[in-house]
Amino acid sequence: MTLIPKTIAEAKKMLEAKQISALELTNIFISRIEKFDSDLGTYTQTCFDEARIAAKKLDESGDFSAPLAGIPYSLKDVVSKKGLKNTAGSKMLEHYEAPYDATVAEVLENAGAILLGKVNTDEFTQGSSCENSALQLTRNPWNLDKVPGGSSGGSAASIAKYLGLFSIGTDTGGSIRQPANFCGVTGLKVSYGRVSRSGIISYASSFDSIGPIAPTVDCTARVLEVIAGNDKKDATTPEIAVDAYSSLLETGADLSGKKIGVIKEFVEAEGFDVELKQSFENTVQQLESLGAEIVEISLPLTRYAIPTYYLLVKAEASTNLARYDGIRFGETATVSNLKDQYTKTRSEFLGPEVKRAIMMGTYTLSAGYFDAYYVKAAKVRTLIKEEYEKAFATVDAIVAPVTPFPAFNIGEKTSDPLAMYLADIFTVTANLAGICGLSLPTEKVHDLPAGVQILGKAFNEAEILQIGSVLEKSYGFTEIREKEMI
Amino acid sequence: MISKEDIIKVAGLSRLSLTESEIEEYQKEFTHILGFFEILSEVNTDNVEPTAQITGLTNVTVDDTVDSFDSMKLLHCSQQNQVKTEIAVAPVV
Repeated sequence: MTLIPKTIAEAKKMLEAKQISALELTNIFISRIEKFDSDLGTYTQTCFDEARIAAKKLDESGDFSAPLAGIPYSLKDVVSKKGLKNTAGSKMLEHYEAPYDATVAEVLENAGAILLGKVNTDEFTQGSSCENSALQLTRNPWNLDKVPGGSSGGSAASIAKYLGLFSIGTDTGGSIRQPANFCGVTGLKVSYGRVSRSGIISYASSFDSIGPIAPTVDCTARVLEVIAGNDKKDATTPEIAVDAYSSLLETGADLSGKKIGVIKEFVEAEGFDVELKQSFENTVQQLESLGAEIVEISLPLTRYAIPTYYLLVKAEASTNLARYDGIRFGETATVSNLKDQYTKTRSEFLGPEVKRAIMMGTYTLSAGYFDAYYVKAAKVRTLIKEEYEKAFATVDAIVAPVTPFPAFNIGEKTSDPLAMYLADIFTVTANLAGICGLSLPTEKVHDLPAGVQILGKAFNEAEILQIGSVLEKSYGFTEIREKEMI
Repeated sequence: MISKEDIIKVAGLSRLSLTESEIEEYQKEFTHILGFFEILSEVNTDNVEPTAQITGLTNVTVDDTVDSFDSMKLLHCSQQNQVKTEIAVAPVV
C-alpha cells in the first residue's frame, strides 16, 4: 500500500528529503480521487494534466523551498482559476470559464501548491448542506446517506477523505465551519478582510470571507500564512501584518493564562441536540483541565442574530446577483426582446434558494420596507459587533458549538427554509461582527464527527490557532479520521 | 399576510417570472419568515449608526494607472451570440 502523507508538514518533509517526488505525491491524490470520488461527488471539475505538469516542473527544478511546494489542493467552485470553469454550483454558470485568476489562486500557485480541481458548493454558496448545488450531489464520507454540510461541502468532504491536503472555501455565515464540523476536518473562517476576495463570486460582500479547510490546525495555519494579507485588488483588506502562524503553534503546550469565554445564550439555545451539548460541555471542561480559565459571558443580542443576518445577507445577495442578466456571464435564454432576456434567463437558470434570496432581498430593499428591514438590521448589526468587542475586552477567545445537530440525512431538511436558517445560530454572529473562528473536530457523537469552534477577535487568528492546536492534540481526533478514511 | 400584488411587484423588480403556485408559495413563506424577523423591533436602535461595512477602513484608493487587460477575454464569459468582436443582444423593443 502506498504511504499517504496526511498533513502538509508530513508531505513537505517527504518532498524535501526526496522520499517522494511531487509527481508521485500528485498521483497518489489523483488516484484517490479516481477511486473514491464517484461515490462522494466532491469534485465538479479536475485538472489532472495541468497538476502533473506543474508537479514535474517542480521535480525538475528540485527546489521545494516555497512554503507549499508540491502540496495538492482544491478550490471551491466560486474561486476563479483562469481556464477552469467557475460554476458556483449553478446552471447559470455551468459553462462559464474564468478569464483570470483570483488573488488567492495566484498566491497559492506562487507558493508552489498543485491545483487538482474545483469542488462542489451550494448554488452561489447559499445553503448549508450542498443540496442546493444545481450540478451534483455531494455526500458525507463518514456516512454516504448524510449531507456534508455547506456551502463548502465539497471542500470539507474531499479533505476528510484525503482527496487533497487542503481546500479553499468561503464562509459568509458558517459555510466553512459547519461543513468542516459535519465532515470532521479543520476549517478557518478568517476575520473579514484578512484574505483578499478578489476573483471570488460574491454572495454577500460585507460578510464573505475566504479560508482554508484542511486536516489539522497546523495545515490550516500553513495555508493562512500564504493567503492572508493586503491586496490592492480588494479594498477591504487592511495593511495588518501577517503572522508566521504555523511557527507560533510550536509554542505553548497548555492553555495556562488563557481566558476563554462560553456564551450563555448558545448553551441554552433551543433545539440543541442533547448529546452534542454534552460533548460541548465536555470540551469546555477539557479546556479547563488544559489550564484555561473559563468565563461565562452573556450576549443577549444572540436571539436577534438570525433575522439580522438573513435580512442583510439576502439584500446584499439580491444586488450581487443582478449581474446575471443573460448577457455578461453564463447562460442565456432564447428570447425575442431584451426584457424577456433578463427575466427568462434568470427564471430558467437560477435555482429555488437563489431566487428566494433575490426575492427577499429585493423586497426588503424596496421603497417602503428599506428602513423597516434593511436599515433596522444594519443598526442591530452595529450593536452585535459592539457586544462582541466588549466580550473580547474580557476574554482572549470564545469556545462555542458549531451546529445544533449533527450531519442530517440527504433530503431531510430542505423543505423548510426558516428551519434551515435557524440552524445557523452558532455561526452567523462571527460574520456579523467580522471576527475569526476556527472549527475543529473533537470526537464522534451519533457515530458522526462532532467538534467546536474557537472564536477570536478580528485579526487575532494566531490566538485561536494556538488554542485550537492544544485542544486538537489533547483529543487526537486525527487518528480516528486517518483510521476510517484512508 | 403579504399580498399577491406585492410578490408580483417584487418579482418584476427582481426580473423573475413566477408561476401561480410559486407566487402562493412565496406569499406564505415570506409572511412566515418576515413575521419571525419582526422580533428585531424589540431592539432599541435609537441613535445607532447602521453598519454597512465592518472594517472601519475609509477612503481606500488605488493608483490611477492603466492596466493592460485583453477585453476580448470577456467575450468568452458570455454564452450570447457573437458577431465578430461584439455580442449580439435581443432587440430592446
